Amino acid sequence: MPRNGLLIHYEWCTGCHACEVACKQEHNFSGGMCGVRVDEVVTVGPDKVHVDFIPLVTRFCDLCAERVKGGETTACVKHCQAMCLTYGPVTDLAKTMEKTPRSLIFAPR
Amino acid sequence: MAKKEDKVVLSTLWSAGCGSHGGCGCEIYVKDGRVTRVEGNRNHPFNLGRLCPKGLAIPQYMYHPDRVTHPLKRVGKRGEGKWQQITWDEAYDTIEKKFKDIRDKHGAESVIFCQGTGRDIGGPITFLMYAYGSPNWVQVGLAGHSCYTPRLGAMFATQGAYCVLDASQFLEKRYGSPEWTPPKYIIIWGQNPAAGCHDGFYGHWIIDCMKRGSRLIVIDPRATWFTSRAEVHLQNRPGTDGAIAMGMLNVIINEGIYDKEFVSKWCYGFDELKKRVQEYPPEKVAQITGVPQELIIKAARLFARNKPSAIQWGEPVDAMPQGTVVAQAINHLWAITGNIDNPGGNVIARNSHGVTTYPFTSAELTNLYGAELVKKLNEKRIGANDYSMVKNFRGWVQPDILLEQMETGKPYPVRAAWIQTSNIIGGQAADARRHYNAMKKLDFVVCVDLFQNPTTMALADIFLPAVSICEKESFRSWWQPLGVTVKAVDAVGECKSDWDINLEMAKRLATNPIKYQNTRELIDDRLKDGNTNFEKLKAKGCWEFPPEGHPTRPYYRYEKGLLRGDGKPGFDTPTGKVELYSKRYEEWGLDPLPYYEEPKESPVSSPELFKKYPLILTTGRRSPVFFHSEHRMIPWLRELDPDPIVEINDKTAAELDVSNGEWVYIENQRGRVKFKARVTPTARPGVVTAPHGWWLPETDGREPNLFSTWDHNINNLTSMGNQGKSGFGGTNYRSSLCRITKIKD
Ligand code: SF4
Ligand code: SF4
Ligand code: SF4
Repeated sequence: MPRNGLLIHYEWCTGCHACEVACKQEHNFSGGMCGVRVDEVVTVGPDKVHVDFIPLVTRFCDLCAERVKGGETTACVKHCQAMCLTYGPVTDLAKTMEKTPRSLIFAPR
Repeated sequence: MAKKEDKVVLSTLWSAGCGSHGGCGCEIYVKDGRVTRVEGNRNHPFNLGRLCPKGLAIPQYMYHPDRVTHPLKRVGKRGEGKWQQITWDEAYDTIEKKFKDIRDKHGAESVIFCQGTGRDIGGPITFLMYAYGSPNWVQVGLAGHSCYTPRLGAMFATQGAYCVLDASQFLEKRYGSPEWTPPKYIIIWGQNPAAGCHDGFYGHWIIDCMKRGSRLIVIDPRATWFTSRAEVHLQNRPGTDGAIAMGMLNVIINEGIYDKEFVSKWCYGFDELKKRVQEYPPEKVAQITGVPQELIIKAARLFARNKPSAIQWGEPVDAMPQGTVVAQAINHLWAITGNIDNPGGNVIARNSHGVTTYPFTSAELTNLYGAELVKKLNEKRIGANDYSMVKNFRGWVQPDILLEQMETGKPYPVRAAWIQTSNIIGGQAADARRHYNAMKKLDFVVCVDLFQNPTTMALADIFLPAVSICEKESFRSWWQPLGVTVKAVDAVGECKSDWDINLEMAKRLATNPIKYQNTRELIDDRLKDGNTNFEKLKAKGCWEFPPEGHPTRPYYRYEKGLLRGDGKPGFDTPTGKVELYSKRYEEWGLDPLPYYEEPKESPVSSPELFKKYPLILTTGRRSPVFFHSEHRMIPWLRELDPDPIVEINDKTAAELDVSNGEWVYIENQRGRVKFKARVTPTARPGVVTAPHGWWLPETDGREPNLFSTWDHNINNLTSMGNQGKSGFGGTNYRSSLCRITKIKD
């Protein structure tokens, strides 16, 4: 079994929170538990203020183990409104990452 | 699917649940008669499989323990929170008797029919209102009806049609459609598209376009994700957007970089416009707006020289002083650059297949209900006789005039209100306290809603429980595709759909017999205009685009004679052209050309007040997880945005001695509310922004607390009576003054 993970092309992440709620719905999480958390990062550059968002995968992410068994992708990947998340074997994701500036790979399991 | 659901129902979202202006195609997963999940439908061209957080939280919304699931009648005093469960029959009997008594004694016009935000409610509420015989359809408290109506009215006057940014949404193959091309430049004008589906435009289409090469020009007092990625950011003083538009027109016209062929062939009044914009040279506009003139010039040049380009605008445009004039000026920007109904420009948007779900214009009301009835009722419509544009463009009441009328009883008293999915006092109403006082006096109030909220608690005599989007049938044609909402499960408790409630009520109240046995018959009758019906659309997966050559399909319809009633090429305006000098505005007694007007309360126009309240307050900042005043009780969403937050620039906050996370009072001559400070360089110095619609459903709903609406609703600080000369637009939701002090405990 290849090791799977999530590629997060956060250049496009708008901070819309869809991934978080998709994850909560998929797992029926309550009490603030969630497999992903999106943080806002504000930086002041020489000519403008930058607003970026970075999704961080938490200890509760199981890469949607139940869901992906049936061939479906993860709930966050499916619903990401900016379409900036990819699920798959980390080796494949790493190849994609070579072409995607401002990206991260999470391999939670 | 890994999970063992019994069935998956395809449907279209556009109502309570996710709540918003809608259009997303969804898959509703059902097990044992309950909705277990709501997901996006990949085969739906609107959202392409995605959903926003509000859509993904629908199951928690539907099965929330606080949902009202039976009809209720008030047994204590208004606001005491004492309710008794009653049957639908008793509720209907009571309403029928009251409404008939009022009609007999005082006339049907003394009952107002009140809706909230623009979703499928516009259909059922007008249906019931006309059946009863009242002309008074209104979003109570929405000052100047400043949510899309001013922009729609300006576009209707100028070009006889509405336009939206072309993100390929009118074509089934979307981004793969050979005839489509992305806009080279997108101007985002006063909006955070990432927060939802404003005006029926799925916000992330902007990101889709950016990935395909679109570049950004953003006009926004705040720094945002979009401004970070923009080539030009015009960070103007709130309220001055009209000046920016005039300045950009000045540059484009004086530098001769407009589309000369389009202007000479298809526009009327260019010379008059040219003369008018001379009053707005960039240096003057820079002074008014606080934006460096080189940026204004740069934005104008990039937009005009790169065709196709398009403008995506937001509600702040409506709220500007003289909102219909600001919208007109922005319309002129896409018009003189020839970006009308071209691929990647501002494409003409019409109700799919010509089907009306939610009547936008008086013309649509007339089609549905007959010219005679609409004309007759207009005589009594509140505000219609004060404003020609209100009278002629759209069937709304003028809300600022309505408030005065409720207070004074002149020219006739308002006796009762039918309030359907609208949190007036805790949501849209400017000067919430004034509305509370005025509406408290009404003889009889019916609220149709899903949850108790500050308005239902304060006012309702009868509460009718409505269903969410997964529990009902409905249809949608705003703009495209044509779609249907399919009922996935039985209603929760005894709840009923807005369409069913209004049809059943209409049968009891109508002066003429109602020809529909049930809602399905009504929907099918309306879908006839599109040559289809509910079952056919459902079988197709819930959506359909109009056939090739249909006048509700793009592009270049003005060349093909598809816009005018007489079938001639051109636009559906008095001159047949895009009217840069508006004949309709002239006929309505308005200036036919655009101009700039300063907000009534601002450092410039009220310097004395500014000394006392030295910060500019702009309200209505959108959260991606809430829709207006909804969703505060949904844990999955509230966790992500738990408190009412006011954004303050870091330097401004230092002067005020306010630190990040501290609770502060925002205060002006009208009231005081508590917000938590977010200190951030993204805010413009001296400008504070607050979201609207905050109440705390977890606190006491009874008076005087009313779910803490008096503590946290920013509309305790805004005011009525600032409407534009047209009757639409021109409120101070986006630009008033305030001060901030930290709360010392
Ligand atoms: S992969 Fe699944 S579990 Fe992990 S964050 Fe995404 S939705 Fe949650
Ligand atoms: S859904 Fe996508 S765009 Fe939205 S916050 Fe999550 S990663 Fe970012
Ligand atoms: S984008 Fe609009 S229609 Fe789609 S789920 Fe969100 S609120 Fe509903």
